[in-house]
Amino acid sequence: MSEPVIKCESVYKIFGENAQKMLDESNGIVDAKTFQENGCIVGVNNASFEVSKGEMLVVMGLSGSGKSTLLRCISRLTDATGGKIFIEGQDLLQLNNKELIDLRRNKMGMVFQSFALLPHKTVVENIAFPLQIKGIKTEDSISKAMDMVKLVGLDGRENYFPRELSGGQQQRVGIARSLAVEPDIWFLDEPFSALDPLIRKEMQDEFLRLQEKLQKTIMFITHDFDEALKLADRIAIMKDGIIEQLDTPANIVLNPATEYVRKFTEEVPREKVLLIEDVMDTSTKDNLGDLKVLKDEIIENVAEKILTQEKSVTVVDSNNKVVGSINPTKIINTVFGGRKNNN
Amino acid sequence: MELIKKYPKLFQWLFLLIVFFALCFAIDVPETYKFIRGQAEFVKDPNQSSYIFLGKEVRYYAFDVFWRLPPLLGWLPIWINDSLFFLMNEWMPMEFWNEDTQEFKTRPLLLQISRNLTSFMTFLIELIREILLGGLETIVAFTSWDWIDKNPWAELPGLPWTIVAAGAAILSYKLSGKGLALFAGLTMIYISIFGQWKPSMQTLSFILVAAPLSFIFGLGLGIAAFKSKRVEKALYPILLVMQTMPQYAVLVPALVLFGVGDHAAVIITMVVAVPPMILLTILGLRAIPPEVIEAGRMSGCNNWQLMLKVLIPTARRDILIGVNQVIMVCFSMAVISAFIGAKGLGFNLLLALNQLNIGLALEAGLCISLIAILLDKMSLAWANKQTDYFGNLTFLQRNKNILFFASTVVIGIILAYVGTFLFKDTFNYLFEVPHNKGLSTADFWNKGVDWIFDTFFVYIKAFNTWLIQDVLQPMRALYLRMPAIATLVLVVGSGYLIGGIRSAIVVCALTLFIALSPWWDRALVTAYMATFGVVISCIIGFTVGTLCFQNKHSTSFMLGVCDIFQTFPSFVYLIPVMMLFGITDTSVLIAVIVYATIPATRYTIEGLRSVPTGLHDAATMSGVNKFQRLTKIEFPLAFPHMMLGLNQTIVFALFMVIIGAFIGTEDLGQYILKALSDKNGAGIGLTLGICVAFIGLIFDNLIRTWVGQRKKHLGID
Repeated sequence: MSEPVIKCESVYKIFGENAQKMLDESNGIVDAKTFQENGCIVGVNNASFEVSKGEMLVVMGLSGSGKSTLLRCISRLTDATGGKIFIEGQDLLQLNNKELIDLRRNKMGMVFQSFALLPHKTVVENIAFPLQIKGIKTEDSISKAMDMVKLVGLDGRENYFPRELSGGQQQRVGIARSLAVEPDIWFLDEPFSALDPLIRKEMQDEFLRLQEKLQKTIMFITHDFDEALKLADRIAIMKDGIIEQLDTPANIVLNPATEYVRKFTEEVPREKVLLIEDVMDTSTKDNLGDLKVLKDEIIENVAEKILTQEKSVTVVDSNNKVVGSINPTKIINTVFGGRKNNN
Repeated sequence: MELIKKYPKLFQWLFLLIVFFALCFAIDVPETYKFIRGQAEFVKDPNQSSYIFLGKEVRYYAFDVFWRLPPLLGWLPIWINDSLFFLMNEWMPMEFWNEDTQEFKTRPLLLQISRNLTSFMTFLIELIREILLGGLETIVAFTSWDWIDKNPWAELPGLPWTIVAAGAAILSYKLSGKGLALFAGLTMIYISIFGQWKPSMQTLSFILVAAPLSFIFGLGLGIAAFKSKRVEKALYPILLVMQTMPQYAVLVPALVLFGVGDHAAVIITMVVAVPPMILLTILGLRAIPPEVIEAGRMSGCNNWQLMLKVLIPTARRDILIGVNQVIMVCFSMAVISAFIGAKGLGFNLLLALNQLNIGLALEAGLCISLIAILLDKMSLAWANKQTDYFGNLTFLQRNKNILFFASTVVIGIILAYVGTFLFKDTFNYLFEVPHNKGLSTADFWNKGVDWIFDTFFVYIKAFNTWLIQDVLQPMRALYLRMPAIATLVLVVGSGYLIGGIRSAIVVCALTLFIALSPWWDRALVTAYMATFGVVISCIIGFTVGTLCFQNKHSTSFMLGVCDIFQTFPSFVYLIPVMMLFGITDTSVLIAVIVYATIPATRYTIEGLRSVPTGLHDAATMSGVNKFQRLTKIEFPLAFPHMMLGLNQTIVFALFMVIIGAFIGTEDLGQYILKALSDKNGAGIGLTLGICVAFIGLIFDNLIRTWVGQRKKHLGID
């Protein structure tokens, strides 16, 4: 596999005057309580992970869990206290100011929870802003920005001011702005949290459509577990600065690593999240019924079909090759079972 | 014991008061003590004690230290004076090239800097003034007098008043709309036909120089303070003192450093106008959501781009409110600067007041007030104006205001030219109405004042006598009767009870500075006048504010009235009171009360209005009546904000008391006024100013600490 786009090695972010000194003395084992007694607050505690090209990593956690801090370390809006961060192999913390600005101007885009639009610029001027900062001529930047306006579906409103737009429209501007420089890496910090539920759903779908087309490397922050499940290739669940579990949505739902993660997974409608491939039996490939289902089908869509069968059902991949089987009991167990353990 | 446990604070306060009164009664007035009438301190008297510190002799009447502390800081004003003199006249002499005499000349560095600054300012002021009024100083600055003699045509002609009036109206229209445009036009026409054009334009040119310079310095320092904690820490105490320092007091050192005239006034105006600009710049930049800054950073801004393209435009409104403040401070300084020889409306007002020509003073005062309102409204409109998109407009639509103005310039010039034929033998009224050659209502007002005096003299006099004899003099005597130690205990005790040891130390230091200066008695008199004013103002402001709050229309009406009254330079308030009560303490106190009632009323209304509507609804649903809602819900919640109003009321009252010295009082202000005409007055003036500022700061510290705690307790903001 090629080099990961984002790579973190034991990243720490600790706030407070003696943060650096205390971290150096702690030998990498940071206990939030002792630090707090000494006037330090632990934001990110020993975070290590990789994000590969075109992958979407969703960092999920409640407020105060350090998820936004982690994102700000990786975009270097704040300097990590310890550890190493590599962006496409470049050591982020070693970059000088100019190199950092170059990196941001060409490689990174970021979307913010409160939209963070410039109140004195119109929609198209806001979107053109990163381009103009880069030194691109006004006309070119505006025409490029107009493409972005079309991409996010705001045509006809390009000369509006942010104050004249609804929340959803403002965030479309924010998204367009972050994409204007055609970055490889896309940071989204709770982009839909400030929106109404219906608009949020619409924006999530829109976002998936965009990602389908653009295939960016994404770090997406959210406090909404359902949103994480819906969007993520992989999810990192954070609590008190520590990454509790980092895995695919299916694995998190099926095998929560800690009690904390389990609490989130309890209420999740599994049939909507899991694929056939996640629950199929790969050992039995004989004595199967005639019905065939695709392995990357969501359970909900095929459950009715499977449950009406008496025998096990054949699971095939997209090349119609048999990869495993699934029986109705397994479906019933997956959807309704397992939860008893938690009661 | 139960009670003590239940209300510990109450008993602490009671204890403090008991100690205070015990001290007051235990310490007798020394037999030799007498409140000394103005300036008697400077008379040499064998009964005086003296000491020598740093080579300066300080003479004073010695008393028991519990009664009055010896003026251990008495050397400070003299020392400041001598230091200033040394810096200006002896420190670091250097060779400088002199343009006029074409040779090198030895001059102390600071004097040279001061002279260069002075001539630069003079040039700027003259330039603007001559664009507005015409003249040849600017041309001379570039050429020479000889050249002008040979080329008599080379003179800036000045703008006809019609053009300036139209310009003001068009600008107002662009900023706000028809209403303000109409007001601007009428104001300008009024100024012109009542013959106040020249002084008004002199004042305006003063502001046009002082305000932009103050803006630039304020913005720069504000940004520096925003970026660096260290700069902010260094600036903070200066900002604090400047906020409570009477504007009047800074004039004195200006005299020494820069001499007499507009240039000195402009420089010193900057000293006063920059602090509010700094504060509002910091405030505006702090209020920017952090995500906007991050968005700027992630867009790849470097520091400059971030400041110019993200931070300043986002903080635009606060910064422009700062501009509004700067303009208003500049304007009020432009008036007060008449004391150090600045030309303009203030000078005319001062002259008229000196001659007791109330009619003329009223006319000048009205002009000042009108211009103040106009400037205030215009700059506020600018701040509140939102950027509009104009890319899709045609050239004509985009530039209609400029084109319109250009055409009025042409029309104005034609009118002025026609005027030369119309008014062949007299002044060209279509060009400029000369000073005091317009209409005048002075006689009418003077007659009115005479009539009031003739008709109501008996009543006014009776009221005056009653107030002075039965209220003011006993009150003053009470204040002077306080032994210094008792006052100190009271103030420091309050500081301790309100803000703990920290507040106590701050307050103690501020009080000690005043007590150890030679002017403790004067400070007590200042405090008595301010107290009287503040108490009455608060009662009026509180009542009026509460009453007005009961109705939506009266609320907005009252806030509008406060807005307008607040824009008037404090000096203007002296005119009507002098008209009615002549030259007495009563006049000063009534001016104080009128002036200080403004913040008291405003903050009462604002405080009541800030009570969340949710609470109103909750209260209504609990079945309270109007009165219960007021006493149980609104007052307790609005009280912290109203206390901030008290803070402002105190500052306003102090300012007015000090300016009241012009009428003749016996407090610190009187000494500042005297320092203005004393060539060794710089040190005295400055020290006195600091004393007044400290009185304000003592209350400021106590009130702010209390409000901070109270708000935290109530969970507001």
